[in-house]
Amino acid sequence: MTALPIIAVWLSAWGLNAWLARFDTRLTRLLVALIFGATILILWEMIVRAYGVPSVILPAPSQIWASFMANTSILWVDFVQTILKGALTGWVMGALAAIATAILIDRSPFLQRGLLPIANFVAALPIVGIAPILVMWFGFDWQSKAAVVVVMVFFPILVNMVAGLAATDAMQRDLMATWSAGYWQSLWKMRMPAAMPFLFNGLKITTTLALIGAIVAEFFGSPTRGMGFRISTAVGQLDLPLVWAEILVAAIAGSLFYGIVALIEKRVTFWHPSQRK
Amino acid sequence: MSRVLPVLTVIAAIILVWYVAAIGMNAQWAKDQAARADTTLTTGELIADTLSQDRPVLPAPHQVAAGLWDGLAGQKITSRRSLVYHAWITLSATMAGFAIGSLAGIVLAVGITHSKVMDQSVMPWAVASQTVPILAIAPMVIVVFASVGVTGLLPKAMISAWLSFFPVLVGMVKGLRTPDAMQLDLMRSWSATRSQAFWRLRLPSSMPFLFASLKIAVAAALVGTIVGELPAGATSGLGARLLSGSYYGQTVQIWSALFTAAALAAGLVMLIGWIERMTLRRMGLAK
Repeated sequence: MTALPIIAVWLSAWGLNAWLARFDTRLTRLLVALIFGATILILWEMIVRAYGVPSVILPAPSQIWASFMANTSILWVDFVQTILKGALTGWVMGALAAIATAILIDRSPFLQRGLLPIANFVAALPIVGIAPILVMWFGFDWQSKAAVVVVMVFFPILVNMVAGLAATDAMQRDLMATWSAGYWQSLWKMRMPAAMPFLFNGLKITTTLALIGAIVAEFFGSPTRGMGFRISTAVGQLDLPLVWAEILVAAIAGSLFYGIVALIEKRVTFWHPSQRK
Repeated sequence: MSRVLPVLTVIAAIILVWYVAAIGMNAQWAKDQAARADTTLTTGELIADTLSQDRPVLPAPHQVAAGLWDGLAGQKITSRRSLVYHAWITLSATMAGFAIGSLAGIVLAVGITHSKVMDQSVMPWAVASQTVPILAIAPMVIVVFASVGVTGLLPKAMISAWLSFFPVLVGMVKGLRTPDAMQLDLMRSWSATRSQAFWRLRLPSSMPFLFASLKIAVAAALVGTIVGELPAGATSGLGARLLSGSYYGQTVQIWSALFTAAALAAGLVMLIGWIERMTLRRMGLAK
């Protein structure tokens, strides 16, 4: 009998969505997505309450929220340690290094033929595995996490940036040549802007990679703060609501990070077809 | 063939830099040892020592190669010291997770292309789900499963399934929507049913997209399995090898596990590429 209200909520939410989806405007699209998300949360809460699922297995959303509110200071410290110091520093350094390398590679066809297959290959490898080595080299604090992030984001950005620098066609290059533009002028005024959509593609892909790298590297040793540290110790104490609160922080931070990069992309590549309304 | 020479040059350069770095990074330990024993080393002895330490900061390429050879061929493959054994543990969980994840992705993609409600409600959340660094949840998933008595392959497979599901979903939705209005109208003019349009038009035209996503997904699945092996005190698998190597300072062990994982990833991607070429050739789509 306990299943009846759960099924009723699910069916009515689905029915409401099916009805809303027929209108297909911007507002209803947003509503449909919101209702779907809210339904999942409500069903989750109802199932956990109705069947008395122990919080060790799956805490209810309300418990997670309570834990989130009760531990804001811990969560903030972890956020600063892992996301701001580890992930963000590493991401910026890795991106700058990748862009510089891409420009270097671009000048030499020999390097392009030699380095690109290797970069493509490395980009597909489980790079997270280098975390123990880098933790050993750079110590337990955030520097080693930033180093892991640098290596993880380097290759995807490099591959995208090299493709971007090659994105202009012969006609456009000839046009620059007829204006007797030098290498740097045509790089700066034509090929860099043309490479931006590719570059931002790489930057967006690597936002989540940066978070993952910083958190996973903490499993191999960290000071007594940081999201990876907190998750592994809270799991050990079976404090699952706190773990979920950390996950909530990671999700919010990840969405914000991605959103900010996407917003900058919109400003920088406003001319690109994919940005047209 | 024009690629072979540049690639070989770059690889040679990497190995050279690696040797130089190994000498530089291990020199301090060698010097300390010599100072403790009250001997001074000549440059030749110093270099020889840096390249043959038991626990170097950076093992030299030949040490890693020896470690790999010992792990792959020097042990019985059922032994706990054998890399083949650990690689098999990791590979089996990866394959299980990859199968679950890509099937779920394909099924959901079919639903999304055929139902407006699913498109509008599921898709935004599938995208949002990717901002959760799932690997952060890995330890928890494993503990949760362990607390209900499920251990071994399944929990790790769930993590890699989650990671491989999204690329397949996105690629497949894109692929199933590639047939343009003209082609769909043609199907309609032949009064084809929805399922006929699906099997004869949408599914075949989605294949190139599907395979491109599968390559990304299989690499992601392997990463998921390895990370799933890290935090929960697993004793077998390449991730556990990495972790125990880092606990005991066994750098050669870490590097050989790393290279095995890299070879595994490369092998899986190449396998998918081979299946892709076979399928596309039979469909007459080969380039």
